[in-house]
Amino acid sequence: MDRSATKPLTLGETLGYGAIGLIVFFGVWSFLSFSGAVSRQFLPAPHELAARFLDLLTTPFAGATLPRHLASSFFRFGCGFLLGAAVGIPLGLLMGWSRTLDEIVTPVFDALRFIAPIAWVPFAALWFGTGLGGPILIIFAGAFPPCLINAYRGARFVGRPLVEAAQMLGTGNLRIIVEVLLPASTASIIAGLRVSAGLGWQSLIGAELIVASAGIGFMMVQAQLNISTATVMSGMVAIGLVGLLIDVALRSLEAEVRRRGLA
Amino acid sequence: MGRRSIMGFATLATLAAVWYLATVPLALISPGRFPSPLDVWVSLRQVAVTGYANGVLHDHVVHSLKLVALGFAVAAMTGVPLGLLMGWSRRAEALINPVFLLIRPIPPLAWIPLTILWLGLGDAAKVLVIWFAAFVPATINSFTGVRSIDPAVIEASRMLGTPLRRFIPEVLVPAAGPMIFTGLRLSLQASWTTLVAAELVGALYGLGRVLNVAQQDIYPGMIFVGMACVAVLGWATTRVIAEVERRAMPWVQIAES
Repeated sequence: MDRSATKPLTLGETLGYGAIGLIVFFGVWSFLSFSGAVSRQFLPAPHELAARFLDLLTTPFAGATLPRHLASSFFRFGCGFLLGAAVGIPLGLLMGWSRTLDEIVTPVFDALRFIAPIAWVPFAALWFGTGLGGPILIIFAGAFPPCLINAYRGARFVGRPLVEAAQMLGTGNLRIIVEVLLPASTASIIAGLRVSAGLGWQSLIGAELIVASAGIGFMMVQAQLNISTATVMSGMVAIGLVGLLIDVALRSLEAEVRRRGLA
Repeated sequence: MGRRSIMGFATLATLAAVWYLATVPLALISPGRFPSPLDVWVSLRQVAVTGYANGVLHDHVVHSLKLVALGFAVAAMTGVPLGLLMGWSRRAEALINPVFLLIRPIPPLAWIPLTILWLGLGDAAKVLVIWFAAFVPATINSFTGVRSIDPAVIEASRMLGTPLRRFIPEVLVPAAGPMIFTGLRLSLQASWTTLVAAELVGALYGLGRVLNVAQQDIYPGMIFVGMACVAVLGWATTRVIAEVERRAMPWVQIAES
């Protein structure tokens, strides 16, 4: 049997194997592109992608440069994500605290949960247009459920004994929610925020692919119609980078909360 | 019936009543914005009997279901073994992980334009993009499943000289089973989301196509029917996975004891 199952590799081995993996990946990609096995137009070589990416930072495509498209997407993401958190977290905490509210909201939430956020696109476009309102609804549909579920779980399962102790000591309802439930469920809430941010960001991209007149998804659709594969791939890279930055930001928030002993 | 289900039933009944009152007698909501229950029924009949967006409801449902099943099956058959391999062998993990980390931040939906460029608007592009979407959760959870196996179990089977061809089906897969199923459930959700998005972007048949045409026709009743179908199918397929898991798990418990 493979001895490596239980024994960790040394740093050198890890880096070495990692480098081999990356070399094979980029090697196969370059080979397919250079050898003409796949047309260059449909699979640009890695260096062509990099050149196109740098080019897009300054040259406008579909009405704006890549950073401007990203900024417009990120702004919408920010609005929808904050809205999802601002509604989801308090509602989740209240549901964890009040059994009646839990029993009222849960069936509605369960009925809506199986609708993929992206399926809201037609109604979002119909109700709020394709500018700012429509995409915000889609991001909200993606970001809201994890916020609610995690705040609820935190309040319901972590906070229960603490709430009972606080009630016994005669603490008021508002103070219980703000000073007991919220801190007790912080860790769970932040974990929920990370999931939410990922889903919200992905839902926005989907919405922009379908209906939008600006944003990174719109740029990719235009590039697809112009058969500019390098531009489409640049958009994917940019989306991945922003998604990664959002996750890193939330991770450092998580670490900060932990460090201060809030969770 | 427990208190919980009575309350749930009452809430949903109240919502339905409010929906009816707000759309028909009180006309608080314009029929151009949200359909009344009657509109929904008319749309459902239309799509089920005479057809809408190139086909009747049955065709759209079968088409979407087929693509999800295909993409999901391919993702499960590649993702789970890869995750198990990466969990089992640190070398495989070190080899594959950097590439995985490079590709993983790209959300599945961002692959849609590229798959359309490569494969067009047909079924192959949808299956490819569903595969990308469903592959990641299947791999990660299988990986975590193997890593969370009690080392004592692995040591014991090694000490007893279990050959690999028995070790994998009798120790590795059952012990990682719960995590594998968690991954598969997430994969299935991702499959549905991605399929709907891909069909909304461009397709000839399917529920996303129904939604897309209904949106262009500004037909709220049909939008509602499309969304409801997506939700019901998502729910039903999740139930199937849960049932498979329930039947698989007792065997796991027997094998462990």
